[in-house]
Amino acid sequence: MAAIQINNVEKSYRTLKAVNGISLSIEEGEFFGLLGPNGAGKTTLISIIAGLNRADSGTVTVHGHDVVSDYRQARKLLGVVPQELVFDPFFTVRETLRMQSGYYGLKNNDPWIDEVMHHLDLTNKADANMRALSGGMKRRVLVAQALVHKPPVIVLDEPTAGVDVELRQTLWKFISRLNREGHTVVLTTHYLEEAQALCNRIAMLKAGQVVALDSTSALIKRVSGSQLVVQLASGSLPDELKDLVSHPEELVLGSKYTLRVNEYQDVEPILAKLRLSGAVIEDMQLQQADLEDVFIQIMEGEK
Amino acid sequence: MTGFQTLFYKEMLRFWKVATQTVAAPILTAVLYLLIFGHVLEDHVQVYPGVKYTVFLIPGLVMMSVLQNAFANSSSSLIQSKITGNLVFVLLTPLSHWELFGAYVLAAVVRGLVVGSGVFLVTAWFADMSFAAPWWILIFGILGASILGTMGLIAGIWAEKFDQLAAFQNFLIMPATFLSGVFYSVHSLPPFWQTVSHLNPFFYMIDGFRYGFFGQSDVDPLHSCLAVAIFLILLSGLAVQLLKSGYKLRH
Repeated sequence: MAAIQINNVEKSYRTLKAVNGISLSIEEGEFFGLLGPNGAGKTTLISIIAGLNRADSGTVTVHGHDVVSDYRQARKLLGVVPQELVFDPFFTVRETLRMQSGYYGLKNNDPWIDEVMHHLDLTNKADANMRALSGGMKRRVLVAQALVHKPPVIVLDEPTAGVDVELRQTLWKFISRLNREGHTVVLTTHYLEEAQALCNRIAMLKAGQVVALDSTSALIKRVSGSQLVVQLASGSLPDELKDLVSHPEELVLGSKYTLRVNEYQDVEPILAKLRLSGAVIEDMQLQQADLEDVFIQIMEGEK
Repeated sequence: MTGFQTLFYKEMLRFWKVATQTVAAPILTAVLYLLIFGHVLEDHVQVYPGVKYTVFLIPGLVMMSVLQNAFANSSSSLIQSKITGNLVFVLLTPLSHWELFGAYVLAAVVRGLVVGSGVFLVTAWFADMSFAAPWWILIFGILGASILGTMGLIAGIWAEKFDQLAAFQNFLIMPATFLSGVFYSVHSLPPFWQTVSHLNPFFYMIDGFRYGFFGQSDVDPLHSCLAVAIFLILLSGLAVQLLKSGYKLRH
């Protein structure tokens, strides 16, 4: 049975179609990435899964439980980290986590609360009031709140937006461990290298629709070959090389160019053409294609 | 603890942590009303034969405090958590609409009764109070607080900004309370306004509550109790329906 099954979900806000017929099946134990530009419908889709929004049509189930008609079971199985940095200023970190456990009917949850706080480096803030915490610390509490009931399905909506490297590492270490222990993880992020490193499968969303859905490795294979990045100290890119530039804005900006190369043998002729045109190379790198290239290609291809 | 108990406990903690503002301040306000109106009107007004105006006024003030604070509790809790966004912590949980309704309203009732008891304890120093029918006091206190707690819940769900909530409070709750006979008996009004008063559910709450102290009232307390209970059932039905449909909470 799928951890999350989404069938033909549609959702409009007045004239804007935020989610336009999405169907997806996320299997148990997956680390699933939901990528797309701002306004692609990621958060709306997550809100529908979480029961914070209601779909206009279509259904969503979590481990087979419909999120509307069987919402109590569905929500027990789901832990959601919302994108907005929200908190209740009346309480301390520990009170917040105890309260959240209580909403799920959990008594004496302190051993697990302590463990979650430990893994998120929150232990020495346990008795601090929520108001007194920095943004990064508040974000950790949000993550902890989503995990108090040990949900088998964890949904993180841009959990690393605007947080420092340390928290990102702490967070991903803990979430990866939970994933290895069998928890399904669904993640949205704008940091594509994060998604590439963590997710085994990725759906790309644009204008409320799924425009790509595949394993991370298969997606990266879609962009063939590598890229040669050259920074010119003087001179300009000869016309015969302009077709190879993969980011068009570089032709306007000048001096730094990312050129597509299919094989290593392609590099030498490029360098020869540059030398003939009189251009001087200041810096040069050969890069393997990554998720960012795939993302750009797919988003531009869908224009 | 069940989810319901936790939410109820949280709602209690929320007002108790700021008790100066949520309990002490309304008690002071009520005492000021008593001192000023009692002082000005004591020698001029006698509503029921043999009952001094100050004594007449106290149950009205107690009930007014119960009602206003019950309303304030559920409405301010909801609007605050809606605006700061932390209502999401409750909306993500398996809590049902009945549990949400019960927890918010019950906490509002507790706050209303705590403030009401405080007002009574302080004001009772200034007068010799009697308890003709104490059960009616309790029944009307609880019913009144439940109604206003439910109205607060509805207002909190409906309002998107603080000024919308303030409008609800100032243009609906305040006039309905002041025109219900807190400071006077509706029998002193011209017949037309007497009839209008009988359409105001707040009138039955305060009239029945006062019966508990004096054994006298404008309307039979059983009749008032019925009117108040029907009003509570209708409001509760509306509130639960709003929570169930996700109106303005789950978009």
